Amino acid sequence: MTERAKRAATREAGAGLLSGLPVDTSGYAAGSLLSVEHLTVADVAGILAMTARLERMDAAERAQVLLGRTIALLFYESSTRTRTSFELAAKSLGATTTLVSDKSSSIEKGESLKDTGLTLRALGAEAIVLRHPSSGAASLLARVTGLPVLNAGDGMHQHPSQALLDLRTILLRLGRDVSAVDAKTLDGITLVITGDILHSRVARSNAMLLPRLGARVVLCGPPELLPESALGLNDGIEGAASLEIERDFDRALARANVVMMLRIQKERLAGFDLDLAEFIARYQLNEKRLASVAAKVLVMHPGPIIRGLEITGEVADGPQSSIEEQVSQGLAVRRAVLVRALGVTA
Amino acid sequence: MNEILILNGHVVDPASGIDGPRDVLLRDGRIAAVEMPGVLAGVAVAERMDAAGCVVAPGLIDIHVHLREPGQTHKETIARGTEAAAAGGFTTVVAMPNTTPVHDSVAGLRWMLDAARGPVVKLLAMPAVTFGSLGCEITDFQELVRAGAVGFTDDGKPVLEDDVMRAALLASAGLGVPVSQHAEDTRLTGGCSMNAGPVAFRLGLRGMPVEAEARIVERDLRLLREIEQVERAKPHLHVQHVSTSRAMHEIRRAKAKGLHVTCEATPHHFTLTDEAIGDYDTNAKMNPPLRAEADRRAVIEGLMDGTVDCIATDHAPHASHEKEVEFERAANGITGLETALGLALRVLHREHGMSLAKVIALMSAQPAEVIGLKERGNLRVGSYADVVVFDAGAEWNYAAKDSRSKSRNTPFDGAAMLGRVRATICEGRVVYRG
Repeated sequence: MTERAKRAATREAGAGLLSGLPVDTSGYAAGSLLSVEHLTVADVAGILAMTARLERMDAAERAQVLLGRTIALLFYESSTRTRTSFELAAKSLGATTTLVSDKSSSIEKGESLKDTGLTLRALGAEAIVLRHPSSGAASLLARVTGLPVLNAGDGMHQHPSQALLDLRTILLRLGRDVSAVDAKTLDGITLVITGDILHSRVARSNAMLLPRLGARVVLCGPPELLPESALGLNDGIEGAASLEIERDFDRALARANVVMMLRIQKERLAGFDLDLAEFIARYQLNEKRLASVAAKVLVMHPGPIIRGLEITGEVADGPQSSIEEQVSQGLAVRRAVLVRALGVTA
Repeated sequence: MNEILILNGHVVDPASGIDGPRDVLLRDGRIAAVEMPGVLAGVAVAERMDAAGCVVAPGLIDIHVHLREPGQTHKETIARGTEAAAAGGFTTVVAMPNTTPVHDSVAGLRWMLDAARGPVVKLLAMPAVTFGSLGCEITDFQELVRAGAVGFTDDGKPVLEDDVMRAALLASAGLGVPVSQHAEDTRLTGGCSMNAGPVAFRLGLRGMPVEAEARIVERDLRLLREIEQVERAKPHLHVQHVSTSRAMHEIRRAKAKGLHVTCEATPHHFTLTDEAIGDYDTNAKMNPPLRAEADRRAVIEGLMDGTVDCIATDHAPHASHEKEVEFERAANGITGLETALGLALRVLHREHGMSLAKVIALMSAQPAEVIGLKERGNLRVGSYADVVVFDAGAEWNYAAKDSRSKSRNTPFDGAAMLGRVRATICEGRVVYRG
């Protein structure tokens, strides 16, 4: 595709000229984290190694790493975990942060994403963490500002830092080395992602990342929430063969080492009327189901959880659950991606 | 006396079956003679144009362009849009009615076609099927045809209601112009910004299913059949920018059964697939959207086997601020007048072996026939002196920054083109030299 190659080249030139910063192979400012698609296994290994290194430091040493640096958090969608962990991660590294949300800024007056980004850049932001309801918004912001942009969730597209923290949680709970990974690290591991796959950026991110490290990923859900087109997610890249669809949750669960449950995203259902009782009967992760088919499976959930719907309170709070662990790993991994974004070698 | 003698060229005129070396004499805005080399050598004329190494063909006709005037002149004007047309080899363009206000009245048609708008090529127009393109009440077809309308369309939107479409087809019967349908069942495409399928899933964008196009085409063909059988009338349905295998299949079947249906295909639908969206390139966003490879091939097949009657660009200029936004919020459409011939020759002629005469027919004689033009789209003596002279072998790369259009929204910036326009002549006036 010469047209695609040409566009990439143009973008590369544009982004580089704009910011004077080095650009990565996809044409965005180096250190950007827009999609798992752009990450090589070596990039992932580097981020995990950095996470471990930062974790070993004491708090005072850590607070020097990004001292005097400025990071903007730009949130167009509500968030508890992601926003707080990015903010605490940046602050623990000594960086200055500023939070801009669509509710309390000129975005309410109609200012475009481009102009908002240019404004933050002019105010000294060296990297922007973006959460946005439109798929592709993070790429747009990276293109127009030339700054490293960390995608903290864009529409139904990607949430790469979530996939990285999920990876670290899996490694920890499986007793693997958390500071080094390669293409075989997760050989023999089957991860089942269940629920509202269609609307989930977390599902897309994990289903692209984990097969690259050797895992088999099984997507599970009704056709309305999991179209067959999901199987094309890794077409043309590594891991394409390690992705499958299984509509029967019990059958999927019986093979799983890890199960990841997803919330039904009511805000994105777009008029589609789901039969919740039937969904619960077929796809809820509850104690009975867990005990009968998957007594040892690791239970994950990116949050927010809706207790009693996709997962029962007992399972969420039970010994197999790693939901809180995921949240704490979020803080650790986000420190590393922030350091990477600002080009610091700690 | 206004005279041009075009010498040493290779004339391709599908309407008269000429495909060989000829000299062409234009006089007073009409074709005065098409003769074997040498015959016209002694004629004393005001201007001689050397077309050695070039194809001399009827000026191209695009029955689907958006010139944005009145009301959206920040995107395009009639003057600038027709300059782009001339640069692309077009001598006739048909403006769509989705202007501000919607172009649905005789007064609006007269204003648009007024010489004061400054068109540099022949400007024709299709007014709206329904007032305000709201899909409710049909406009005054008879009066509008009398004032020069060459068809009716609510382009950008479909005529969704069965009763309204039936009334429109009936009203158009006997007027000699088509009802031109943007085939999209909008009940299936709410919130969608690209084609449904694996690429849409990966990008996390809601996709328009191919059924959205096919359903309206199937519905319209059913109405057409019923009107023929019950009302004994024979209206003309034209399907705009066919983009799916399914719709193409339905049109092919209907044509075989003798229904009066024609259709068009765009260069972007026969050149690109939804993969061209890449990393949310809003210059690859239009409606109907770029489809899957199987659909692209079906469009090419339709062009090759005659199911498709003409190539149309759907030239849809937008200002940069309307494209440099979130993909879902970006305006639909791309410019197309300057890239149509270069892409048709590259993709259809070179890559798929379509004859040069067939490519030219799809862009001149056949679109002329769709809208009932007799004296354009051919080089017959007495027809308008609308001529394009192009070097069919020239390879070049399109540069959006050099566009004559007011806008730059094209996915073909830097793309390889085959065939370069050397001169465009409209009614005997040279309107472009390249």
